[in-house]
Amino acid sequence: MKRARILFNGQVTAVTVNDNNDALLADGTVITEADANWLPPCDGKMFVLGLNYADHAAELAFKAPEEPLVFLKSPNALLGHRKNTYRPDNVDYMHYECELVAVIGKTAKNVSRADAMDYIGGYTVGNDYAIRDYLENYYRPNLRVKSRDTCTPLGPYIIDAAEVADPHNLALRTYINGELKQKGSTKDMVFNIPFLVEYLSAIMTLEEGDMIFTGTPEGLADVQPGDEIVTEVEGVGRLVNHIISESQYLESL
Amino acid sequence: MRHSRILKDGVATDLVSAVNSDQDMTSTEWLAATTGTVFGIALNDKALYAKLEPSFHEKPHVNPPTRPVLHIKTANTHIGYGAAIPAPADGAPLYAGPSLGIVIGKQATRVSETNALEFVGGYTVVNEVSLAETSFYRPAVKAKCRDGFCPIGPWVVDAADVATPAALAIHTYINGELTHTTSTDQLRAGVAELVSYLSSFMTLEAGDLIIAGTPERTEQLALKAGDTVAIDIDTIGRLENSVVIESVSKSNSQAERV
Repeated sequence: MKRARILFNGQVTAVTVNDNNDALLADGTVITEADANWLPPCDGKMFVLGLNYADHAAELAFKAPEEPLVFLKSPNALLGHRKNTYRPDNVDYMHYECELVAVIGKTAKNVSRADAMDYIGGYTVGNDYAIRDYLENYYRPNLRVKSRDTCTPLGPYIIDAAEVADPHNLALRTYINGELKQKGSTKDMVFNIPFLVEYLSAIMTLEEGDMIFTGTPEGLADVQPGDEIVTEVEGVGRLVNHIISESQYLESL
Repeated sequence: MRHSRILKDGVATDLVSAVNSDQDMTSTEWLAATTGTVFGIALNDKALYAKLEPSFHEKPHVNPPTRPVLHIKTANTHIGYGAAIPAPADGAPLYAGPSLGIVIGKQATRVSETNALEFVGGYTVVNEVSLAETSFYRPAVKAKCRDGFCPIGPWVVDAADVATPAALAIHTYINGELTHTTSTDQLRAGVAELVSYLSSFMTLEAGDLIIAGTPERTEQLALKAGDTVAIDIDTIGRLENSVVIESVSKSNSQAERV
């Protein structure tokens, strides 16, 4: 089952998603992918892994960490499928990050690696945009880089965990205007999902809907207003986003 | 007016009372006074900043921060007046973090410093509990996001009832003894600057909370299981919590499957 949320007649509405990626209301009404007003499919705590692919860490001239590098995002950053993300004026480097997002399915505290996968409810696709111009060496990556309005497209839907046979062997791909720019596999994660559930649930209680963005492989590139960015996780979903300028964004407020 | 959230017959309920009215603190089950996102500001205390400033020119920092240093206190950390703060079972030291809490009153996107106070609905007391702050280089999720590490309350006092948010004395009492005194006049970035800065790239919603800044975690703020800690801010209120050893209970996936 694929579950999503859309804005329908002004109401946040739970839907299921069919094989054409159309939204289905509870009464069976079909709203096509192009016509649906997609919202982020869940809300909860957002944990994001930095440098969790060895190749990406090398690309940024870092060693892969010995302990997970976890940072947090706030809900203002989230955006649904087929929405607009703005690029601030006068920045040199804004890049996408295609990520598999594991969504917690039930309350988890002090869960062992062996039991961890029982606590994953499903998966979705996240695009963890970053603006490298704003990096500072305090709580790095700082919120101004990673927790900005519109900067984290998520979705289009959550697919049930039972329908993803091996989340640690999925191709990740990012396309700019149809051109393949980033390619990797979740098999190259430094810290895999069971490790992360054990690690986080030893610190704190995780709840249904909490999200673990599991990091991105190498292959980053700058994005510019007018670009269509597609982040895709094999067997999970294909998330479309458009880049607009800051002035277009301000006009839309 | 003061705005609280309490548990009444098992249901979260709003409670409004007059400023200075008597309140029965003990027979009420208080919830965290706010429900939105909670942002903390690190290195916003003048003395703490001055002490660490030389290290900001060295690796890994290289340069001093050019903007307020932000972190997030996740929802699992938020607790109300009287609730217990769980101390790690391994005995790792933990510290109180006395701070003014700035509560957003209405949605704020890109507000100027001049207009920022219009977006502040009120103020509360926050105890931004943390394990030892050994580094400001990487996000402090392990030190700051443990369950119960952010008491908030007992209430939000309307901004109109707080004449001088930039000059409020903050007293910390551990087991009834005054151990630490500071004031909101020790903040580097003040209320208007913080609201304006955060809203420059993050839309703030009504009910979101900004923890204005905490002082250095000295021994005067050290907590251990069995302690009672109270943060008292002039005009706002007194936030009191006990400290207990965290239970090491595990989620039981077998039981939950039944």
